[in-house]
Amino acid sequence: MIRRAILKAVAVPGHQIPFGSREMPLPFGWGTGGIQVTAAVIGPGDVLKVIDQGADDTTNAVSIRRFFAATAGVRTTTRTTEATIIQTRHRIPETPLQEGQILVYQVPIPEPLRFLEAREMETRKMHALADYGIMYVKLYEDITHHGRIATSFNYPVLVHGRYLMSPSPIPKFDNPKMNCLPALQLFGAGREKRIYAVPPYTEVKSLDFEDHPFRAETVAQACAFCGAESSFKDEIIIDNQGNRLFVCSDTDFCRQNRENGQIFLGGK
Amino acid sequence: MNREAFNGHPLLQVCGVSVFFGERVGCRDVAFDLWPGEVMGVVGESGSGKTTLLNCLSGRLAPRSGSIRYASPESGSQDIFQIAESKRRALMRQEWGIVHQQAREGLRMRVSAGANVGERLMATGWRHYGRIRLEAEKWLRRVEIEEGRMNDLPLTFSGGMQQRLQIARALVTRPRLVFMDEPTSGLDVSVQARLLDLLRSLVEELSLSAVIVSHDLGVMRLISHRLLVMRRGEVVESGLTDQVLDDPQHPYTQLLVSSVIQA
Repeated sequence: MIRRAILKAVAVPGHQIPFGSREMPLPFGWGTGGIQVTAAVIGPGDVLKVIDQGADDTTNAVSIRRFFAATAGVRTTTRTTEATIIQTRHRIPETPLQEGQILVYQVPIPEPLRFLEAREMETRKMHALADYGIMYVKLYEDITHHGRIATSFNYPVLVHGRYLMSPSPIPKFDNPKMNCLPALQLFGAGREKRIYAVPPYTEVKSLDFEDHPFRAETVAQACAFCGAESSFKDEIIIDNQGNRLFVCSDTDFCRQNRENGQIFLGGK
Repeated sequence: MNREAFNGHPLLQVCGVSVFFGERVGCRDVAFDLWPGEVMGVVGESGSGKTTLLNCLSGRLAPRSGSIRYASPESGSQDIFQIAESKRRALMRQEWGIVHQQAREGLRMRVSAGANVGERLMATGWRHYGRIRLEAEKWLRRVEIEEGRMNDLPLTFSGGMQQRLQIARALVTRPRLVFMDEPTSGLDVSVQARLLDLLRSLVEELSLSAVIVSHDLGVMRLISHRLLVMRRGEVVESGLTDQVLDDPQHPYTQLLVSSVIQA
């Protein structure tokens, strides 16, 4: 049943497909949608990686990895390049994904128009008629009140020039990576009972205005551990004086850099 | 369809429109033609089916029987309930404007006035922030809302300003036909007069056609060319506004005219 929903989702890029979401051995909001999608596509030969905000070693990522190791008997990894399936919460790995890999997103609220239009009947109609003017109202308000498009995560995208899609709460820093990605992207929303997908090499465009083009935020600080400048960073307060440390949010990317000898000690 | 041929056609042809809510009559067998540049007033007591009729005409409520044909310059005359919903919505966005009785229904109260006006533009494909803003500013000025209030929420506006904002929002895409449901009700008399002035000049300048519903005969006298008098869902009398108001034929219209309180 879930596989059928996934096939349909891949066939209609960006369109939300309803499915009978099941009870999972973890609470809603912890990745029940992602787990069901992963369970539907995983096979004995797969190698699974699970990240939570980019990190392989958070509780939830560790538990989900362990769950699939125990139930499906698959090999697990923390290395992006080795994985065939990557289940993620709110990040896309820094290491470019390849053909044959599947990226499974955990999605809290699949409907990008939800906070603008509360009625499901109405949002479905808007999708059916590609009537997306209202989404621009939000961006308009951002510019009016902040001088720029201030939406920094869950930044709405248009898939294949047709369906408006929520990219799940990834930072908009990651949005450009979705465009024409060689890997298959699957999105599972367990509580909301929706699955949607972006097939490989599909155009994913972040919405913007002609005179206020989409701009991914840049991170000024280099990673305190590996020195990487281009990656997305976590900000960590390290003492009572309010000193902070910026480190790569993608732990595997950071490890790779350090293994390749780019070690910066102490940071600033 | 070329210009001349189009000018010889009514903009809206309403034919035998009936709406029922279960056993209750919403409106029964309403028929009239609306010509380009004409303002049609619909009067009647509350519950007489005025708003029901307006909802039908503006494509938001399908009648049980009868037809409503709208003539657009592109596709000619077509029944608005026979065409695809996507086309009907496009008409609503592009060629029609609706001003609701309650400003809350017609406006997004939690986004700024500028965005409320700009929404119609963005819905019709405008994607340049600066230009959307300029256009919205122009229309706000026309309905006498100061530029300083452009970024404020309609929640903070007075009733009269909310109505004017609705009008700016309805007119920004240069519609050819506007539907208004009691546009002046709930406003104090001086504000009503200003709003009527504004409506009259806009109708004239833009050669708009309009269907205006009101229970206020004074308002109708000022703004509409022709009148439909409704009672219990049926049109009991119709004709030129002055004619209907000065020489009412139907007993109900006579009653209506004679019960206007003279100030």
